[in-house]
Amino acid sequence: MGSDIHDSEAGGGPSAPPDEHRSTTTLRVNGKPHTLVVDHRRALLDVLREDLDLTGAKKGCDHGQCGACTVLLDGRRVNSCLQLAVALDGSEVTTIEGLAGDGEELHPLQRAFLDRDAFQCGYCTPGQICSALGALDEAAAGHPSHVTAPAAPSGRPVPLDADEIRERLSGNLCRCGAYPRIVEAVEDVVR
Amino acid sequence: MAGTGTALGAPAERREGQLKVTGGARYAAEHALPGRAQAWPVPATVARGRVTAVDATAALRLPGVLAVLTHENAPRITEPEDPILGVLQNPAVPHRGWFVALVVAESLEAARAAAAAVRVEYAAEDHDVTLTADHPEAYEPESVNGEHPTRREHGRRASDSPAARVNVAYEVPPLHNHPMEPHASTAHWDQGHLTVYSSSQGGTTVRETLAALFGIPEERITVVADHVGGGFGSKGTPRPDVVLAAMAALTTGRPVTVSFPRRFLPAVVGHRAPTLHRVRLGADADGRLTSLTHEVTTHTSRIKEFVEQAAVPARVMYDAAHSLTVHRVARLDVPTPSWMRAPGEAPGMYALESAMDELAAELGMDPVELRIVNEPEREPDSGKPFSSRHLVDCLREGARRFDWSRRDPRPRSRAEGPLLIGTGVASATYPVLVSPSTARAQALPDGTFVVRVNATDIGTGARTVLAQVAADALEVPLDRVRTEVGSSDLPSAPLAGGSSGTASWGWAVHVACRELVARLAAHAGPLPAEGIDAHADTSGRADADSPFARHAFGAHFAEVGVDTVTGEVRVRRLLGVYAAGRILNARTARSQFVGAMTMGLGMALTEGSTMDAAFGDFTECDLASYHVPAHADVPSIEAHWLDETDTHLNPMGSKGIGEIGIVGTAAAIGNAVHHATGVRFRTLPLTPDKVLGGLAG
Amino acid sequence: MKPFGYVRAASVEEATEAFAAHPGARYLGGGTNLVDLMKLGVERPAVLVDVSRLPLDVVEELPDGSLRVGAAVRNSDLAAHPMARDRYPALSQALLAGASGQLRNAATTGGNLLQRTRCPYFQDVSKPCNKREPGSGCGARDGVHRDHAVLGHSERCVATHPSDMAVALAALDARVELYGEQGARSVPAAAFHRLPGQHPERDTEIRPGELITSVVLPAATAGLPSAYRKARDRASYAFALASVAVVLRVSDGVVAHAGIAFGALAHRPWRAQRAEEALLGGPATPDAFARAVDLELAAAEPLRDNGYKVPLARNIAVDVLTRLAPAAAT
Repeated sequence: MGSDIHDSEAGGGPSAPPDEHRSTTTLRVNGKPHTLVVDHRRALLDVLREDLDLTGAKKGCDHGQCGACTVLLDGRRVNSCLQLAVALDGSEVTTIEGLAGDGEELHPLQRAFLDRDAFQCGYCTPGQICSALGALDEAAAGHPSHVTAPAAPSGRPVPLDADEIRERLSGNLCRCGAYPRIVEAVEDVVR
Repeated sequence: MAGTGTALGAPAERREGQLKVTGGARYAAEHALPGRAQAWPVPATVARGRVTAVDATAALRLPGVLAVLTHENAPRITEPEDPILGVLQNPAVPHRGWFVALVVAESLEAARAAAAAVRVEYAAEDHDVTLTADHPEAYEPESVNGEHPTRREHGRRASDSPAARVNVAYEVPPLHNHPMEPHASTAHWDQGHLTVYSSSQGGTTVRETLAALFGIPEERITVVADHVGGGFGSKGTPRPDVVLAAMAALTTGRPVTVSFPRRFLPAVVGHRAPTLHRVRLGADADGRLTSLTHEVTTHTSRIKEFVEQAAVPARVMYDAAHSLTVHRVARLDVPTPSWMRAPGEAPGMYALESAMDELAAELGMDPVELRIVNEPEREPDSGKPFSSRHLVDCLREGARRFDWSRRDPRPRSRAEGPLLIGTGVASATYPVLVSPSTARAQALPDGTFVVRVNATDIGTGARTVLAQVAADALEVPLDRVRTEVGSSDLPSAPLAGGSSGTASWGWAVHVACRELVARLAAHAGPLPAEGIDAHADTSGRADADSPFARHAFGAHFAEVGVDTVTGEVRVRRLLGVYAAGRILNARTARSQFVGAMTMGLGMALTEGSTMDAAFGDFTECDLASYHVPAHADVPSIEAHWLDETDTHLNPMGSKGIGEIGIVGTAAAIGNAVHHATGVRFRTLPLTPDKVLGGLAG
Repeated sequence: MKPFGYVRAASVEEATEAFAAHPGARYLGGGTNLVDLMKLGVERPAVLVDVSRLPLDVVEELPDGSLRVGAAVRNSDLAAHPMARDRYPALSQALLAGASGQLRNAATTGGNLLQRTRCPYFQDVSKPCNKREPGSGCGARDGVHRDHAVLGHSERCVATHPSDMAVALAALDARVELYGEQGARSVPAAAFHRLPGQHPERDTEIRPGELITSVVLPAATAGLPSAYRKARDRASYAFALASVAVVLRVSDGVVAHAGIAFGALAHRPWRAQRAEEALLGGPATPDAFARAVDLELAAAEPLRDNGYKVPLARNIAVDVLTRLAPAAAT
């Protein structure tokens, strides 16, 4: 145990060593370390999907315009399509596959999405759930949003009502139009 | 037997739900077969002309590049029935964005870089991409989408002038489906057998098409569409991704994934064509329509005639002594339009139901009442009786739930600070479509059942609702039934489109299950290890002519706030009531209604694309510029339905529910904006640039 | 995207040296715009010099009461920082009106200032664009330009700057601190971005190789009432059609300080100096606000399809000024 370090290729030819266009990067993904030689052009999203076969993070636009690729990077939600893997050496990444933890038990957000039928095609769903998780932490840490009253005290947790949830999740598009159910699901977890 | 006969209508949880919330559901581009290569298409950069030279030298020299396919070296395919699939076969460029090459490489990065390095030269010709209502090349086609006649006219024009009259023009811009999963296919040839994982609404058609194009028997093709990230019509027919993936896999001998970059979608996966509407209504003093004219002008491409049937819903909705509905289409150098959620009905009912609101205002009549007054006894165009039509009940129930009676009908009568508040109503209709399907039902010795049908779950919950259909037909509890869908190795079935999937597949599932029940009754002793099965084919039944006009109906109510400072319009409340036959799963049905209403909200307020006259492409080609509604745009949306019993449909008594939610939503919102502001806006979407100008007068 | 080299800098000096040593280098901050443009082929760096981990991620109060924001501070952290929220509300509001939660978590202060226009012709390498390829022409001037500039544009370019944050910085009299081969310097935020003129390829006054190290918000505007308002096509996650940041102080019913900047109207955040001058020393009334803003916007030269921006900008500016006025009275 403890030696589950994976050496693999990412975006290069077979067994390409590090060179001026490729570097060795170590990422901890869902608690597991991975050391890869990545093509500098490779985005975190493609490392997850192509190299680590973690296809839960989705490619909807590849340009930070839809949120389907949202993962938690060092605990904060980001669009993984715009993160170059080479720049993330030493980072901690949590994807939808890592949310449930060790057991079979679903994360409360995952359970709430099921209970509320908060999705249809499912393609935006992992991004919505990861984004919601990040948004809950941000609100708890006192991060305001566009709809937070300017008079709300700085540095205090922001209570999340439906308007707050809607605004904070607006970086996650859903073409099936599951928005009202997603907001209900997140409200279930907030309560 | 516990739980029998009660599965239909129950809010059963989606069977693939757990996979979707844990990231385990795999979509077409996510099947990483060993040695899988990635492809990147090269779109044409002229709007009309032909390719005179392709220089792939630099691209091929880049590391990791396996092949560059062009019209000169790509595998030849049989000329497709659908011209949009005839990719890389000749140098013609019918529109900007048409694919002129495909790069195959070891990685996405290498493929993208090589695609940028392919040099293409063109002989460009003058192009015309601009639709106008009086476009000199516009013509009346023989028929419009759905095989409806282009023109219908009934009665004679009245000589005396009506008590009230409306003569207005509306404009709906090009719209894009933009399912969250871009169109993608992964193809693999293995000893003459082609397997494709394709993001499609109907794998059976994909298989038929590939068999024809590549000249191989259907038995040597497997099309898998296990999970599909939405389609909204744009995946209803095979798209170039699946043809290109099969070509690239053939050329390289490797599994290949073609996943279209988002920006390329508007040009190659269809779009809702722009529609220019002229609506003329005349009514007597009681509000009864005396005349109804709906003229639609739209565009199509040079290679395919697709005509958005936007004047068709008027033939269903209202009776008038004289009625005329007609379509004209101009062939332009534009991408080929196609289906987008409720083609015809969505733009057509926007115009018609907006005009009805204008007529109500002319008459000084409540817009709900005006619609009730004009409720026809039979379908106006065909003269057929309706199998069921509960539009009036939807309007009344919606009005009650929406508290419509407390509405002050005067425009601009309600303000909250800088916000003008208004409410509006519109009707909805969508035809009952159903196609023949096959299905197989199997009883296993352990007391469970398996239902197999090549249905596609594009997010509707097909797996779940078909299990419910089966459980009731088998008279067993739901948890004893398993469904297998999403593979062409299963009994063939029509696509998930036209709000017809569940009715079509469900009918076959029902018949197969009843047949199985009969066989089980005739069987003595324990079941054999392989079980007992029954097959159904609804050909001749599902497609039989009906003596009835069959449509779903609905009513939409909207409340908006219009910011007089910015011209920003935001929906505050949206409520729909539907009469759509029997609702088979209350949970997934609600999600479909609400989802379609959300897309209608986008059509009303945020979505619109511009055809660039100089370059011949859609300017708003990505998700940053083409604004599908975001969370913050969508308040609580209510969807309700009536318990409608209709015995002239199918064994389940269901009508389709996937599209009607978008129909009329934009009109209800537009009518609410008029009520709020006193200004008629007749060009969608109602963005601040338009609204602010209107408010200023 | 062509293959490129990658260097992670440990210090500002190392970063600028690495930049100088590598022709075709670009600094990488949060990457939210740069990586986007690299995928489009608009940006084609030979080497990325990663500055995201430089020790520039601190928000600190300086002895004179001003606030220094490190260039690597993430947009979400700046928006949430109590000193930013409490002293410079317009800045926090502008940040929160931009992009999405995910993008704000990645985007940096420096990178936000350096983001490129959203002009669709600029983003499409198959079309002419003088900003992307000097001399190739402008597709937008006679093309699709509803979102484009109404102020300060040139024959060559009608693009707008997309940042929300930069608009607030301009109104708040912030300064941008730079470090380059010739040492450190600072420029006013309102003068950091350029008008296009004959050289739309140059977005800002930054010199080759210079690195933004921080943004300094002055003590003078700290605590003054300020606000940001943005109009957009959808309720969130959309670029501005027009926006405004206003800083206002009213003394004895008379305007004692006014900082007004518009977003999405020009190639840079448009500091409304004429309006400010007209307001100073005059009454803080809606009429006076409207007259002053009209004076500023008289310079507007709308294109065929973006004339709506003028009344839109006027309305939001007058609205914010009017709403701030009671709180601004001391």
